[in-house]
Amino acid sequence: MSATPEARGHSLLEPGPGERARHLRSRIFTALCTASAIIVLVPLFSIVLYVVKRGLAGVSVAFFTRLPAPVGETGGGMGNAVVGTLVLIAIACAIGLPIGIGAGVYLAEVGRGRLRTVIRFTADVLGGVPSITVGVFVYSLFVVTMHRFSALAGGFALALVMIPTVTRTTEELLRLVPPHLREAALGLGVPAWRASVFIMLRTALPGIATGVMLAVARIAGETAPLIFTAFNNRYWSFSIDRPMASLPVQILTYATSPYKDWQDQAWTGALVLITLVFFLNLTARIAASRGLGGARR
Amino acid sequence: MSQVEELPVPEVTSEPAPPAPARPAPLGRPTGDRAFRGVMTLFGLTILAVPAMMVAQLVHTSKLSLAKFGLSFLTSTKWDPVHQEFGAWPFIYGTVVSSLLALVIAVPVSIGLAIFLSDLAPSRLRKPLGFLVELLAAIPSVVYGFWGIFVLVPLLRESVEPTIIKYLGSIPFFEGPPLGFGMLAAGVILAIMIVPTITSVTREVLKAVPDTHREAAIGLGATPWDTIRYAVLPSARSGIVGAIILGLNRALGETMAVTMVIGNRPKAAASILAPGYSMASVIANEFAEADSDLYLSALAEMALLLLVVALVMNLAARWLVSMTKNKMGARS
Repeated sequence: MSATPEARGHSLLEPGPGERARHLRSRIFTALCTASAIIVLVPLFSIVLYVVKRGLAGVSVAFFTRLPAPVGETGGGMGNAVVGTLVLIAIACAIGLPIGIGAGVYLAEVGRGRLRTVIRFTADVLGGVPSITVGVFVYSLFVVTMHRFSALAGGFALALVMIPTVTRTTEELLRLVPPHLREAALGLGVPAWRASVFIMLRTALPGIATGVMLAVARIAGETAPLIFTAFNNRYWSFSIDRPMASLPVQILTYATSPYKDWQDQAWTGALVLITLVFFLNLTARIAASRGLGGARR
Repeated sequence: MSQVEELPVPEVTSEPAPPAPARPAPLGRPTGDRAFRGVMTLFGLTILAVPAMMVAQLVHTSKLSLAKFGLSFLTSTKWDPVHQEFGAWPFIYGTVVSSLLALVIAVPVSIGLAIFLSDLAPSRLRKPLGFLVELLAAIPSVVYGFWGIFVLVPLLRESVEPTIIKYLGSIPFFEGPPLGFGMLAAGVILAIMIVPTITSVTREVLKAVPDTHREAAIGLGATPWDTIRYAVLPSARSGIVGAIILGLNRALGETMAVTMVIGNRPKAAASILAPGYSMASVIANEFAEADSDLYLSALAEMALLLLVVALVMNLAARWLVSMTKNKMGARS
């Protein structure tokens, strides 16, 4: 296409020689972008539908209350793995939430200058560390020194996975709280730290809860950090210094086994896990869009 | 007009001011504030300490292997636990090739999707579609792998791979029998898993491009493609590169799904249809069973390698993305 001003002015009034091609190109481009949106949805629906199809038949009370059956016997469930996942999440939250939220408060309220920038960057980088590496790290830190796999080590590994998300969410939501709330509090003579905790953090809390839900949804499905920390357990266990079963590890064990019976149970496990994760995501999303996302107005 | 009202001047008394009432705390920061700041800073420093501790701990654990193999660990192709020979090359190769395959598939789709979500889709569609993409990111890795074994691998083995072999089988990259399990399966699964990452970061970057750029282009009679090509993409380019690096980073470290479909054979084959092995997979499969210190230490060195690569790539990507966003923020 020519670059002379006359030609450009001309093309605005009447279609020039390149005009038709230009519009065609644009239409092809739009179609390709739309196509990629459709392509992406195919695996999502394929996975969800397949998991529902294979897993739904196995959903029963026994699945949630029984122990895994020995090879060759039918029946049994993943009760211990369901409970184990909940315990591991609880441990991860107990360790990860104070650190994650505290660091978020540091980034938004306390930190200054270069140190804050470095810590914020580190939090992002930590979020990109492969979870298998976290597993190896926690193994060499905990399991080697304690001489056994334990739920505590597993929960610690999951905490490390969730901390970056919690930190960044907390920071972002604290930043959304209008500063005049703090100013009003300070003007009333409230000490700065009380303003931070009871005004700023309190206002941002619903939003932070949303972020925590998303972080929990992520760690609920993590397998790699657990296989050599919490390991697995065929029995009920509630002691945190012992190996503990979890849904993802149990699914992995059964999915890669040669027994049809076990594979069917793994599908049911996958269905339960996906339901849990999607439920957390959906709730968090709805809460956020309802304006519960802190001071997002 | 010239009259200026004189303000009454308060009389200055020679009396000394009454002593200020005793304050509970001195004028500096009150104790509560200082404690609060101290504790929060401690939490912040914890974030700083974790990666440092990881590197230190993994270096410590992989000491034996680092000392025995040195740099040849990276290039040696022999992985023989029985004879205590450990070389990481087949795993590095498997990780890199499967991740690059994933990028080849995922990058065009993700960028197309991000442009669709930020510029082209009707506004009613944007939110639900964005949410569906987020759900894709939320599916646990082990479920991806499970689906891969039962749906993707048979599909590849029975229809996709025979077709590829029929038309391209003479090229070394597409040689061999259609096994299903292999690099291609791993690449496809990884592609699906990294699409949400690349899409969401790209979308963020595209959103940061000021609308005035778009409006100016449209005002000149630009079509949607012209607008994106000439007004949006040039300023978003380095941010998109950052998004791609973040996606690559996710692919390199992904463990369970890859382990379940890549075939787990420690051999670097040229063909993407052949089974391979990845660094994360070999750690997942063999770490708990490593029966000698050297074996364990070789696997820990692999984890260290993954960690260092992840740290470097993340630094680069975050820097690119934040630079792009800042530049745009300053301009608008």
